[in-house]
Amino acid sequence: MDLNYGTEYEDFTKDVQKFCKKFSGVIITNKKGGALTALSSVASSDKSDGMKVTRTEWQKILIKNGYFARSIPKEYGGYGGDIDIIKNRIIAAEFASNRIPSPMGGQGIDMLVPTLLELGTEEQKQEYIKPTLHGEMIWCQGYSEPNAGSDLASLQTKGELIDGNWVINGQKIWTSTAQYSQMMFCLVRTEPDAPKHAGISYLLIPMDTPGIEIRPLVDMTLNAGFNEVFFTDVTIPEANIIGKRGEGWAVANATLGHERGSLTDPNATMNRLNMLIDRMKQETINGEKVINNPAYRDKLIKLQGKVMAFQSNSLRVLSAKLNQGQNVKMAGMIQKLIGTELRHELEGFGIDVMGELGTLYDGSPNLRDGGSWQFTYMYYLGLIIGGGTSQIQKNIISERGLGMPREPKTQQGA
Amino acid sequence: MYFGLSEDQIFFQDNVKRFLEDQAPLDIIKKISEGEDLSTKNELNQGLINLGINNILIPEENGGLGLDLLFASAVSQSLGEGVATFPFLGPYVIAPIAIKFGASDEQKEKLFNEMSQNLISFGIGFSEYFGSRDSSGLSITNNTVTGRTLFVLDTDYASHVMLCDKKGQIGFVSLDSEGIKIIDLTTVDKTRTYKEMSFENTPIEILDNTKSSSLSIEMALNAGRIITAADSLGASQAMINKAVEYSKERKQFNRVIGSFQAVKHMCAEMTAELEPCYSLVWHAAYSFDNSNKDSKLMACLAKSHISEVSKMVSKKATEVHGGMGFTDLLGLHFWFKRIGLNRHILGSPEIVREEAAKAQGL
Repeated sequence: MDLNYGTEYEDFTKDVQKFCKKFSGVIITNKKGGALTALSSVASSDKSDGMKVTRTEWQKILIKNGYFARSIPKEYGGYGGDIDIIKNRIIAAEFASNRIPSPMGGQGIDMLVPTLLELGTEEQKQEYIKPTLHGEMIWCQGYSEPNAGSDLASLQTKGELIDGNWVINGQKIWTSTAQYSQMMFCLVRTEPDAPKHAGISYLLIPMDTPGIEIRPLVDMTLNAGFNEVFFTDVTIPEANIIGKRGEGWAVANATLGHERGSLTDPNATMNRLNMLIDRMKQETINGEKVINNPAYRDKLIKLQGKVMAFQSNSLRVLSAKLNQGQNVKMAGMIQKLIGTELRHELEGFGIDVMGELGTLYDGSPNLRDGGSWQFTYMYYLGLIIGGGTSQIQKNIISERGLGMPREPKTQQGA
Repeated sequence: MYFGLSEDQIFFQDNVKRFLEDQAPLDIIKKISEGEDLSTKNELNQGLINLGINNILIPEENGGLGLDLLFASAVSQSLGEGVATFPFLGPYVIAPIAIKFGASDEQKEKLFNEMSQNLISFGIGFSEYFGSRDSSGLSITNNTVTGRTLFVLDTDYASHVMLCDKKGQIGFVSLDSEGIKIIDLTTVDKTRTYKEMSFENTPIEILDNTKSSSLSIEMALNAGRIITAADSLGASQAMINKAVEYSKERKQFNRVIGSFQAVKHMCAEMTAELEPCYSLVWHAAYSFDNSNKDSKLMACLAKSHISEVSKMVSKKATEVHGGMGFTDLLGLHFWFKRIGLNRHILGSPEIVREEAAKAQGL
């Protein structure tokens, strides 16, 4: 066991700290993009005296300094550095503790770019990666359908190859940021006669193509975080496909892996726990600080134990990426389940700490921390359900992790 | 950067585990716990000592192995997994750590040398330091001790007992001394033994540095709590393994019960909660070994968190077994009770969480 990163990282850490000092209190203007960007603002305080930059300017500053897209080749718009997980971790930790805004996330950056790097053609990489990293091309994900949620592979949106073009008809749902997106990566049934999992292709659809209709779907946080997207004879070039016809399921599984990793950042959870402690020091009941109330205090430390266990677990997973042969299969498999449930619980306790005041929302008088506790509490309920529900995660853990019998799967359904 | 057990640690851990699987299957544990088979208990004890687990924390220059708490926690996990009847925590973890941080150089030299040759062995009576119950308490003055301590750990093979007063002053008395009254306690967990002890002007040798500093008792408690957490971790893993195994064999409605989602999800929930506990124990032990400033916090979080998770596991794993889980026949209750007892040794979760809050200035 050795948790030191080694002396070679000391200079790097100092550089990152210098950067954080320089950009301390930086404000990102023109925030848009629904719940995901609303969430990223949760971490920043209400400072208003910092330097102002736009989202895309901030992306470019980060890339130029190697603090984002670090290992993505220069020719695709990245920094062109080597893959160094420890450096990525130092950047994330320093940014979190100095409240420096994270780079823009979203499904294009977190899911599509890694997929393109792994499975895209050279032309696709050239065309899409750079504008995506720079925040100039926003992507949405067209996976779920009204009748294909947990059983995603039963999706029915149809794609037919007619005269060198894909013609798409059907409907997607739960599509985050569709209303801001230039592009969608989308799972479409192109081989109706093939078995369910083998009949799907992974297509790239420009959102300004005629025949696409977007209907915002307001979620419980009262944000239009999601949309329904309808396709009527939407026609796109044949080349807009990643992988071959019928390989879409495998391509999608590559990206689902990226998503599960990105939703449960332990640094963010630890940060939020520290904000919770700050809040408990400020809130009072009958003039007594909440932090000194034994019942709340005990519950706080209970939560801290869970957060520390989760953070230690993620260090173990990180370690396995650096040291070959370490078996962390189960430690990785539980991250989505534990990470989202824990964050939901933590945010819910933040509300409890404030009592009646914890129910305030939407810019109400006496609102604390911009209403972030209620917002994130609800938002994480969405994440518990999205990206494979907690129940699906338990199926995965028991079947693939513990070797228990699989749920019966119907072969038909396509 | 490497987060996890080393090959040596895993090797040692596996050795202990395999020894217990071979030499101490459940029917042996049952016999020992009924007090019928003292010679088998002695043989098991000697076998584990032959593996060296008594010497893990004794410095090399005194004939010990000179290893660290992470090593000891890896071993403790195996002992919990095998519901071992070996008294590890008191004599081989708490005592050497208390001596390391509390004894004078002279005392260290003498005690470590005798401990490494197994000439001397300590039970531990520290309960009054972190939470006196039932008006128990010890008064240590002028090299004598008077009073009552309620829950002395691991005296099975002890020649001495180490005691601590409310101020954190630690001393040890020979069990041959005058003025000692010992009462056997009967807990739910029959794999280990506990005593109530009273002293009346009994001679005591005080660990020199504990007269002016509470470092020794604090470090001894931190270590003891991490090791207890590791024991519960091992016991919980054993219960999950048994539950999963049973669910793959037991059939109802013409299918194995492990194919029912209700049962699968219980097993997944136990696993998902327990898996991060490995990392938490290792992390806490690492903080201890490196004297990090958060080592007390980490020890308290490990002890209290794993107490809660293992309690949940002990209930759910029993439920997966249905009626059989409730029987003495299957013996699952040995792990259930071990976890139940570990929860309260060296501080119940509520007490330990309050200490955790104070340790970070809250």
